[in-house]
Amino acid sequence: MTFSARGLLALTWLEIKIFLREPLGVIGSVFVPVFLFGVLSRMFGGRLTQTPEGYRGIVGPDLAVFAALLIGISAVLSLVTIIAIYRESGILKRLRATPLRPLTILSAHVLVKLVFTAITLLLTLLLGRRYFAVDIPIPWVAFTAATAVSTLSILSLGFVLASVAPTARFAQPIGTIVLYPMVGISGLFVPVHEMPAVLRLIAHLTPATYAVSLMRGAWHHDSLLSHTGDLIGLAVIAAVGTLLAIKWFRWE
Amino acid sequence: MPAGSVIQVSGLTKRYPTVTALSNVSVEVHDGEIFGLIGPNGAGKTTAMECIEGLRVPDAGHISVLGLDPIRDVCALQRRIGVQLQEAQLQKRIKVREALSLWSAVYRTTADGSQLLEQLGIAAKSNDWFMTLSGGQKQRLFIALALIHDPELVFLDELTTGLDPQARRAIWDLVRGIQDRGKTVFLTTHLMEEAERLCDRVAIIDHGRIVDVDSPEGLVRRHCPERTIVIETADPRATELLGRVTGIDAATREEKAVVLRARSVDVMTGVFRCLADQQIPVTDFRTFVPTLEDVFLKLTGHSVRE
Repeated sequence: MTFSARGLLALTWLEIKIFLREPLGVIGSVFVPVFLFGVLSRMFGGRLTQTPEGYRGIVGPDLAVFAALLIGISAVLSLVTIIAIYRESGILKRLRATPLRPLTILSAHVLVKLVFTAITLLLTLLLGRRYFAVDIPIPWVAFTAATAVSTLSILSLGFVLASVAPTARFAQPIGTIVLYPMVGISGLFVPVHEMPAVLRLIAHLTPATYAVSLMRGAWHHDSLLSHTGDLIGLAVIAAVGTLLAIKWFRWE
Repeated sequence: MPAGSVIQVSGLTKRYPTVTALSNVSVEVHDGEIFGLIGPNGAGKTTAMECIEGLRVPDAGHISVLGLDPIRDVCALQRRIGVQLQEAQLQKRIKVREALSLWSAVYRTTADGSQLLEQLGIAAKSNDWFMTLSGGQKQRLFIALALIHDPELVFLDELTTGLDPQARRAIWDLVRGIQDRGKTVFLTTHLMEEAERLCDRVAIIDHGRIVDVDSPEGLVRRHCPERTIVIETADPRATELLGRVTGIDAATREEKAVVLRARSVDVMTGVFRCLADQQIPVTDFRTFVPTLEDVFLKLTGHSVRE
């Protein structure tokens, strides 16, 4: 056990260093989101603090949920792309021909993404405290837990995409086409029960819908356990996704 | 498993949806030898090697490597074998020494990576990114990664493909060095010259079947015993006189030379005696010995390049 933990740590640390050497990766996944958030906050920040009721009612919870969801999806998307590139260039296969086990190799990549997602969220949070000096109680633990559960569920979908994408060139567009529209019908903009029957059905098959409901609830200080339906939905999707990914995953 | 045998394969069969990659392949590799699986691209060399390494699951057959089952005991096996894969890559921006230290961490070894780089002639590159290395340097790094945990058995798949002749020769010396350290080497190649120069024994594989197994010299002796002897001489009697030597099948004049064909090397003494006894003046003397390339052509009916 300690042995595979050592391999996991070594690989994770190495992948973090390698990621930092790729300028576009860091700019795209950390700098741009934080920079945009900073610019937008400067423009609108003052106005929002003057209307705390509106902020609470409309922008507040959904903005947080929207941001968390987008950051989660973009992390999954970049994971899908990296896996596809590593597979195509034979890196996955070379790593597999060592005592490193498949689960360790994939876990290292998930950990790297989590580290950079956490850094992005933390920087955004620090900026947010500066521009939105509204003192509202935020249920950090519950919201973080809800975000983590949601991301894991979306991640399993990501691994299915990484398994079926024929080449690295296709991985990114396929991921984008599948993952982002999911947000559109997640109930974030239009309540799910007001959608046409077909969209409603699709919405109930995608993790974003349950993720939005769960994260919203967490933001409103609901007990996570009162969202059993959402948790079950996310768990079922994660289980099915993981099974399909195990069945379809290709190392080369 | 008999003593002295490190790999035993019997009845190995692997089918893909459209093609049978291996059918009923059986080979045995002995302790301390350089064993080559040789054949054209697409013959099934890599598939066979990857089944033995535990990277592919065969459809039928039995494989034993160092007494282990490659599928069931894959973890234990990976710790004892060193692997170089065909056309493998690493992360573009991984440094040479980072790759070595990752492999050291994974294999739980304390082998001296920098000494290995020194021996392989890429010590100066240890801080360079993988993407900046030349083809030969990449292959040297992959050899280092295959050796970092001091494995008993090393697999090399098309090690010198794509390298220039100079780099190729340098790599051959390195492979002999692996054997000198007491390790067994299992390699694949479609270069007959490489097999002839490196391997103690080779198995010829074609369309997923093993055609024959022997030392390169043994294969040539058994399948292509013909010798061609070219003797440059102006003497008009030469063709007839040499044609009478025991064992010579044919003697023909081609411009300045007499060309003799024989089926064994035993004719040489007779040829020299004839030249001396008859006082035939000779300006040049050459013999042509068939190579593995000729053996391959004879056994499979096609050239290894087709």
